[in-house]
Amino acid sequence: MTLPDLLQNMDAILPMAVLIAWACVLVLVDLVIPQGRKGLTAVLAAIGLLLSIVLSISHYGKATVGFDGMVIYDGFSFFLNILFLSSGLAGIALAYDYIKRVGIERGEYYSLILFSISGMMLMSQANDLIVVFLALELLSIPLYVLAGFARPKVDSEEASLKYFLIGAFSGSFVVFGIALVFGATGSTNLSAIVKAISSNAADLPLLTIGAALILVGLGFKVAAVPFHMWTPDVYQGAPSSVTAFMSVGAKAGGFAALLRIFVTAFPSLSTNITMILWVISALTMFLGNVVAIAQSNIKRLLAYSSIANAGYILMALVPFGNSAVSGTTISAALFYLVAYALTSFGAWAVVIALEKAEGQGLALDDYAGLGRKYPLLAACMAVFMFSFTGIPPTLGFMGKFYLFRTVIEGGYLGLALIGVFTTLISAYYYLRVIVIMYMREGEPVARKEFWVQFTAAAAAVLVVLLTLVAGPLMNLASKAVLLTF
Amino acid sequence: MYLLLHPLTLTTFLPIIGVVVILFLKPEWKNAIRWVALVTSIATFAISVVLLTYFKASNPDIQLEVNVPWFQFANWDIHFHLGVDGLSVLLIMLTTLLTPLSILSTWSAIEDRVKEFMIFFLLLELGMVGVFVAMDLFLFYIFWEFSLVPMYFIIGIWGGPRRMYAAIKFFLYTMTGSILMLLAILWLGINQGTFSVTELVARGSIPANIQFWLFLAFAAAFAIKVPMWPLHSWLPDAHTEAPTAGSVILAGVLLKLGTYGFLRFNLSMFPNAAIKLAPWMAGLATIGILYGAAVSYAQKDVKRLVAYSSVSHLGFVMLGLFALNPQGIQGGILQMVNHGLSTGALFLIVGMVYERRHTRDMDAFGGLWKVMAVYAALTLVVTLSSMGLPGLNGFVGEFTILLGAFGSSYISPWFAGFAAAGIILAAIYLLFMFQKLFLGPLDKEENKKLKDINWREILTIAPLIIFIFWIGLYPKPFFTIMGPAVDKLVNIIQAAAAAGLP
Repeated sequence: MTLPDLLQNMDAILPMAVLIAWACVLVLVDLVIPQGRKGLTAVLAAIGLLLSIVLSISHYGKATVGFDGMVIYDGFSFFLNILFLSSGLAGIALAYDYIKRVGIERGEYYSLILFSISGMMLMSQANDLIVVFLALELLSIPLYVLAGFARPKVDSEEASLKYFLIGAFSGSFVVFGIALVFGATGSTNLSAIVKAISSNAADLPLLTIGAALILVGLGFKVAAVPFHMWTPDVYQGAPSSVTAFMSVGAKAGGFAALLRIFVTAFPSLSTNITMILWVISALTMFLGNVVAIAQSNIKRLLAYSSIANAGYILMALVPFGNSAVSGTTISAALFYLVAYALTSFGAWAVVIALEKAEGQGLALDDYAGLGRKYPLLAACMAVFMFSFTGIPPTLGFMGKFYLFRTVIEGGYLGLALIGVFTTLISAYYYLRVIVIMYMREGEPVARKEFWVQFTAAAAAVLVVLLTLVAGPLMNLASKAVLLTF
Repeated sequence: MYLLLHPLTLTTFLPIIGVVVILFLKPEWKNAIRWVALVTSIATFAISVVLLTYFKASNPDIQLEVNVPWFQFANWDIHFHLGVDGLSVLLIMLTTLLTPLSILSTWSAIEDRVKEFMIFFLLLELGMVGVFVAMDLFLFYIFWEFSLVPMYFIIGIWGGPRRMYAAIKFFLYTMTGSILMLLAILWLGINQGTFSVTELVARGSIPANIQFWLFLAFAAAFAIKVPMWPLHSWLPDAHTEAPTAGSVILAGVLLKLGTYGFLRFNLSMFPNAAIKLAPWMAGLATIGILYGAAVSYAQKDVKRLVAYSSVSHLGFVMLGLFALNPQGIQGGILQMVNHGLSTGALFLIVGMVYERRHTRDMDAFGGLWKVMAVYAALTLVVTLSSMGLPGLNGFVGEFTILLGAFGSSYISPWFAGFAAAGIILAAIYLLFMFQKLFLGPLDKEENKKLKDINWREILTIAPLIIFIFWIGLYPKPFFTIMGPAVDKLVNIIQAAAAAGLP
């Protein structure tokens, strides 16, 4: 590959490449930033993210293929990249004061976030299963480290180890699946796989097993039942700012891969795979929501809520083989991911604002009296809880509306019914948070940290505003189509 | 610009201005907050009166429409579509009338977190009016679900001892029905390609066998809200635990969202299913009438008694609607208004005595007439109105409903026969209540020093009394307003019946 060639190919991954380069430089620059002034590192990391956002936007509308079809840049990856980069910004905003407060302020925190995000971006652009695996590792390894960032706190170390072991385990499923797909079709490139399938050159049983194994591996990443066991412990043990980032980023990354691989390459396998997806989705929604009822720790509650939300997004994937609705599948899933991301970051911001040192202030009872003492913070949290439940006018409602529409259009009314009834179950525990905040008396103490409060307020405003002015986001999501060739 | 100044948008969204102003007031400025809320709600009422002057009763269609594209939901056009017709305009008036009165009733009853209370109350008004004016199913659902939220807070924060339980029960119960309706709305969007209520009604292209399921899904949401027997069990808890103003709005307006839903959606959009299911609905309504009356009689708590009486009264409304003829439906709509006035007034009355004595146990009272004469007289009027004494509003509504139900070709006259017995039962439990409270010896020490109601309290009830007499003595203007729209609805149903049952 000559230099001009390389440069041309780089065009397809420019925003990501810049981010990686920035992260590498940041690791070095951080060495000369004195301890105690690590806020500067955060600012630099945020600048890197903003730069990448600007580059992404300047690429908007262009669809390019690079590196012999291994990576692809299309509307789908544009949408997700912006989502990843924005969650990076939110992640940094939440960490800025928090890691100082809990005494784990080290500069590499921010570089690790940047690395993880570049992994997510690569995931959204991957058009080759090898690149998918590469992206999966690039996404995950920084997160393993981040989960253990509060070392030597045992909880945090345990979270890190658990996450690492499960991650490695699930990664091996993905690799094994990729190997089988390669064996069945003779290629790891999604376009080549499509060609092999359409020319009947593929060994279908082998391919199906391969696809199922990839589904299992990615199922761990997005925390779908029955691959969810790690989630509550890791979410609880990891520092809250990491959990916030992980609950959005890692999940969205996993879904990026699931959507791309299954909708592009495997629609012909839908007769077998759809059944599995149906069951996984139903189980995830059911179990996540039912177990969440029993939680008394807000971090665990949000962990189970994130499991349940994975189930809802999976619901959109169920009709992936139906070409009439596969476009809606993508946009519904992406729209819901935005709704979930905003709501989730907002809720975690409130959790971080109320968390005290040494893991105190995380019980639901610690939220008693919040409505009286901190009306704005409580109002934000109420908005997030209503959004998670899917009560209008919040983005969560719009997202669920879109998902249910896709499922019914795809012909799975039964799954939609399970979806709405689990939503009803979820209303119980989300409302309980509101009940505790507003209807019980207590003396909560919230931190007055600008960026945490700003994240909560901005998320709440956006959750409502993007519902009332839903047009732009709707348009973006419906234009986020997959490029196939 | 004309959109913002359109009487319908103003009626719906004016409360927002009050909310914004209140947001900037300090929580300690309780009176300022109260005044802002009151003025806003009175202004909203004034605008709704203007709305009525623009309204042409002779026109049976949706009028004063606001219809702008809102956003594109993949291939669906969601419209911001508002409109009124004879079916909804009176209910809008009822809402805008009851809201300022309720706010007035909280003047001394709500002392805690006044700011939040008034914000929620104005948002509640917005949600309720929105439900009545929304002509796009998506928009309707947003208002419908949104109206739950402020009421949930009002019950949960300012309610009685079991308020948290009541609030969650209220929310979950109503949400259960709503999500089934959501699925039906999605089905309509997917298979009919439009959310416009007017268009769906005009087209009448929903296959009869599917109408049946859609009817049931919509009915799930509305029957819980009404509430129809046997889905009523959230109501006594919510009513009893809610603060007075909350109960007034809950009984006066929120329950009507359910009956209005039947009218606007189930009868207009699914006429075949409505004909088919009319005997079932009328049967449940009749059971509700008798059951509600019987349970009311057994109550010791005045507020619970009034709450159960709502089950009975709303049964009459449902019976009228499912008579599916002009008398029945007109009576049903009028009875919705009547129930809002009478039961709203009863809850206000109960609230006044509760504020003085902090108990609602009927055994704790007796002989109040001697100390609170004005109060007793007003209560008597309201009680008589609620039990349907000729010359007062309740009679007109119930009589028209029974007339419709006897003459209906879709349901058996037996329903009307049993329902008529409900009127007698209503007289029994209401007079029983009145007797326990006001007659007999004044033998309790605490009751001897009770002060009669003050001017503010009289002012709260007086407008309701005026309407109680007006509708009782000269109901013609009300029937004129709803007449053409009801005739149009009945024509739709008859056309469906003529086209033959599936």
